[in-house]
This record gives sequence, C-alpha cells and structure tokens, in this order.
Amino acid sequence: MDWFKRKKEALKPAEKKDIPDGLWVKCESCGEVIYKKELEKRMYVCPKCDYHFRIGSADYISILFDDDSFEEFNQGMQAVDPLHFKDSKKYSEKYKATVKKTKMNEAVVTGTGTIESHPVVMALMDFKFLGGSMGSVVGEKISRAIDKAIETNTPMIILSSSGGARMHEGILSLMQMAKTSAKLARLANKKIPYISILTNPTTGGTTASYAMLGDVQIAEPGALIGFAGPRVIKQTIGQDLPPGFQRSEFVQEHGFLDLIVHRHELKQRIGKLLEFFAHKN
Amino acid sequence: MPSKPQKIALDFEKPIIDLEDKIKEMKEFAQSTGVELTDDIKRLEKKSKQLRKEIFSNLNRWQRYQLAKHPLRPYMLDYVEGMCSYFEELHGDRYFADDKAIVSGFAQIDDISLVIVGQQKGRDTKQKLFRNFGMSNPEGYRKALRVMEMAAKFNKPIVTLIDTPGAYPGLGAEERGQAQAIAYNMFKMSHLPVPIINVVIGEGASGGALGIGVGDRILMMENSWYSVISPEGCAAILWRDAVHAPKAAEAMKVTAIDAKELGVVDEIIPEPQGGAHLAKEVAISNVKKAILRNIKELMKIPADELIDQRVEKYSKMGFWKE
Repeated sequence: MDWFKRKKEALKPAEKKDIPDGLWVKCESCGEVIYKKELEKRMYVCPKCDYHFRIGSADYISILFDDDSFEEFNQGMQAVDPLHFKDSKKYSEKYKATVKKTKMNEAVVTGTGTIESHPVVMALMDFKFLGGSMGSVVGEKISRAIDKAIETNTPMIILSSSGGARMHEGILSLMQMAKTSAKLARLANKKIPYISILTNPTTGGTTASYAMLGDVQIAEPGALIGFAGPRVIKQTIGQDLPPGFQRSEFVQEHGFLDLIVHRHELKQRIGKLLEFFAHKN
Repeated sequence: MPSKPQKIALDFEKPIIDLEDKIKEMKEFAQSTGVELTDDIKRLEKKSKQLRKEIFSNLNRWQRYQLAKHPLRPYMLDYVEGMCSYFEELHGDRYFADDKAIVSGFAQIDDISLVIVGQQKGRDTKQKLFRNFGMSNPEGYRKALRVMEMAAKFNKPIVTLIDTPGAYPGLGAEERGQAQAIAYNMFKMSHLPVPIINVVIGEGASGGALGIGVGDRILMMENSWYSVISPEGCAAILWRDAVHAPKAAEAMKVTAIDAKELGVVDEIIPEPQGGAHLAKEVAISNVKKAILRNIKELMKIPADELIDQRVEKYSKMGFWKE
C-alpha cells in the first residue's frame, strides 16, 4: 500500500532559514519543537539532533569574539549599481529594500577583535543580505581586511555564508574572486595565517575563491559546500545525487576540509589554532 | 575541417543572407539567359554591403553573445596553429588525468618563446564530447597550473586563450574539488613572476574562465563575452526561465565593450566584419599582433614590479560608495 508514499524525494526548493520570530522554533532537521530562549543559549544548535541553524554575522561575532572586543571597520560601504541592473525589479531598489529589512549595509562585516585573547582581523559574511552574494563591496571589504591583516601582521579569518557571486554586478562581481585571491596570496607570502570557516551554505564564486584558500579550512557540521549547486549538477548528470553529497562530511572525506567543528567548540578550537600559530620556538 | 565554409545564419543575419541569395540568383539568371542585369546587380550588391554594415555595426549584446558561440568561430587550437611556428602540447596534471577541455604547451610566436594554455571546444559531435564542450574538470585547472608554473621556472611569458561555457558542473568535478582548483589557480597566477596575458577569444563564463584568467593584461575579442554567469543561467535564476536570456545578456552587460567600460578589460581586439569565423586569418592575425605587442611591453618590467602591478590592477576593480 504505497499509493501515498513518495518513492523519490522531490528536489527541495531553496530552503528558507531565517530564525522565525515567536517563542517556539521547530528544528528544520528533526522536527523537534524547541523553546527559542533555549535555542539561543545553545548557539542555535538543535539539542536533539545537533542541526546547526543558519545564523547571521552578529551571532557569530558574539559567539567567537571576546566580550566587546570586536570593532567594525568600513561599515558604511554600499553598492552603487554600476550596471543599472534590472530584472523584474531594479537592483538599486532591491538593495535599498534589503538594507532596510536587514539593517545591514552589505553581505559582509569586517573588523578587528580578539578571540581567546588573540588579536585577529575577521570578515563575516551574512546570508540574509541578498543570499550572502559577493559583489564589489564584499570583495573590496574583504580585500581591505586582508590589507589590514598584512599591515598589522595579524591572523586573518573569513567566515563564509554565501550563494556565490552577485549576478547584478556582472563581471565586476566575478573579478572580486581574483581580487581577494590575489590579496590572500600576498598575505601568504608574508607568512600570516589565514583560517577559512565555511558555514551553510558556501557555494559558487565564494567557494571558488577565498573560502577554499585557508591555511586551515574549518566547516560547521552538515554545511552545504560546493562549486555548482546540487540542482545544476543533477540536471547535468541526469541522475540522483548520493546522500550527503556536498555536505561538510563529504567534502572532508574528499580532502578539502581540515576540520569539521561543532559550533559549541568553534571559539575554543580557533583560539588553540591561533595560539599554535603565535607560539615561537 | 570542412574545405568550404559552411553557412550558418543567425537570426539577425537572415536579411543579409536573403539578399545575397537573390543576387546570386540574378547573376545565374543573367548568365544563362543573357539578359542584361548588371546595373540591378550592382545596385543590390551596394545595398547588401550597406545592410551588412548597418547590422554589424549595431549588434546588441545578445547578438554578440551568439557570435561568441558561433559554431564556426575559430577555437583555441586554430589560433595556436595560425600564430605559432612551434607548439608542443603537454599533457596531464600529474595527479589524476589529462583533461581534454584544456590544452597547454610550449610555443613559439615569431621571436618569442612562451607557454600557451587555453580551453578547446570540439567542432563535430565526436570532438565536442572528446573536449567536453570546453568545460574543464579540476584536473584541467591543475594541468594548466603545472604548465604555467613551469613557464615561471624557465622564464617564459604565459598566454591564456579563454573560451569556455563554464567549469564542468559534474559529480566528479565536485568530488575532486572544482572550487579549490579554480581558487588555487587564481591565488598562484596572481604571483607568477612572468608576464601573463589573458585573451577571451569566445566565451568567458564565470569561474571556469577565471581559473586560467588572472594576468597582467586582459584582452577580449570584439564579439566575445565575459561575465559572472551565462545569460541563460542568469535568466533561469532571476527570471525563472532561460528563454529570457537575451534580457539577461543586456542586464549583465556581457560584451567586450561593457567590460572595457567597467574597467576590467584593457583592450578589445577587432574582428572582421560579421565575426571572426568569416575571415579566420584576419582574426588570428589581430590576436597575434595584440599578444606580441603586450608581451614585449610587459617583458621590460622587472618581475617584482610586475606582480605588484598585477595585484593592484585587481584591487581597483569594482565600484562602491562609502
């Protein structure tokens, strides 16, 4: 009697993962209903199944940085719509609406601060700002953050959460991949450590540039990490994708991640890495 | 290679083709019947020339995009054959395989010995499959880097000929780290101590192009395209249907002229009227001249300075306000 059973799981539409308002939250993975305050206390990790909810740059700042140590720079930078891009809506209008809705100026926050007392320069991407897409401003802010790390001889960390390059800025978005990769090569030549943290999701041009260039590559468990999106790959090869495809554990198994670290341990483990790098024999 | 050029008419070329066919008919008719049509034929020939000029000097972005993908357009190895007095292809990435979508090797153009790397598409179905439609896998990028690092080792300038509809979006490509391969190439290419010239000869699709596309000079052929995603891909995402690709091509501003105006591309290489495929020798000769001129300029710059300039060049790309 399997009339009502789906034999194959249908392709899921792009998941909507903003933390909903209200007192109770349902886990998107196991369905557990969790008291929101409790979830917040647990850094938005499901107490039952360890599912890592998607969180924003502000949450990661409070999770990773020592109290009040984070100081943002280049906060005011914004996109200017150099292509006068328009689909069903003007990019400039979409952008304005996103700024208003998210109360952020762009898809990345850059600043300095200390993690377990170690100074770092860090860039944190935020998926809720136009899918964490990388345009001119994201590329430029990350670039300047790397400059700052070089100037001050401080370890660099980039936390990625991004669907890839921003189509609305065309070739200029693409060139941000080259820009940031070139700057990271400069950083590497100065022998300054760079830690890349990949969260759910990190795909497209973001993966194919700074996210994959860390001295140490760390991912949160279960994060979608890849170049092409699963839908495109499925179309290309015309068959179903293996279970766990493009998830952190799969990517590590294939040799592209050093560590998969639970969000509860992230700060402490990064602190230890920074301590290791700083230690002089 | 077909001995006679095939005729493949794009939509916007139809009026020209129709007129040319008519002229041909009239000529045949005049010849076989002896009817005097010289004046009429001359008039129509003049009109056809005018029409050509009109159509090809006002190409919109979607039309140029179609020329960039034209099935008769010269491909990477056509340029190699036309430009080089010597070419020895070097195979394999030394880790996994030899990717046929990317060709790399030692070359000589006039008095310059250099390394050439580029994407190669196939002409017929068998060749297309063999070359995987010019879509490389990670091992292709790794082969390219291996050969480019060898260029640096032996102090040879590098020319990359870009012509790809994208890096291959396959299962194996993901397993073997497509993203990492592209990222690492950009990372390394930004600091290779020899001149690097990138020429987009056809399609410059996104990361697939950029994986061999970091250098001191970026040149684009007049009817090539270069952007963050193909117009079809963009339309499928933003308009939810690939049939809106012409709109996406306009919105993303994918042409050489756009890329130059946006400060990404240094130089546009002119093509023969109607596209590179209509006079391949002219197109190849134009590319060769541009490559030689740029290489000779760059070879005068000390390596340290060259690298600094290269990184700064990319630093300036993009627009923002603060």
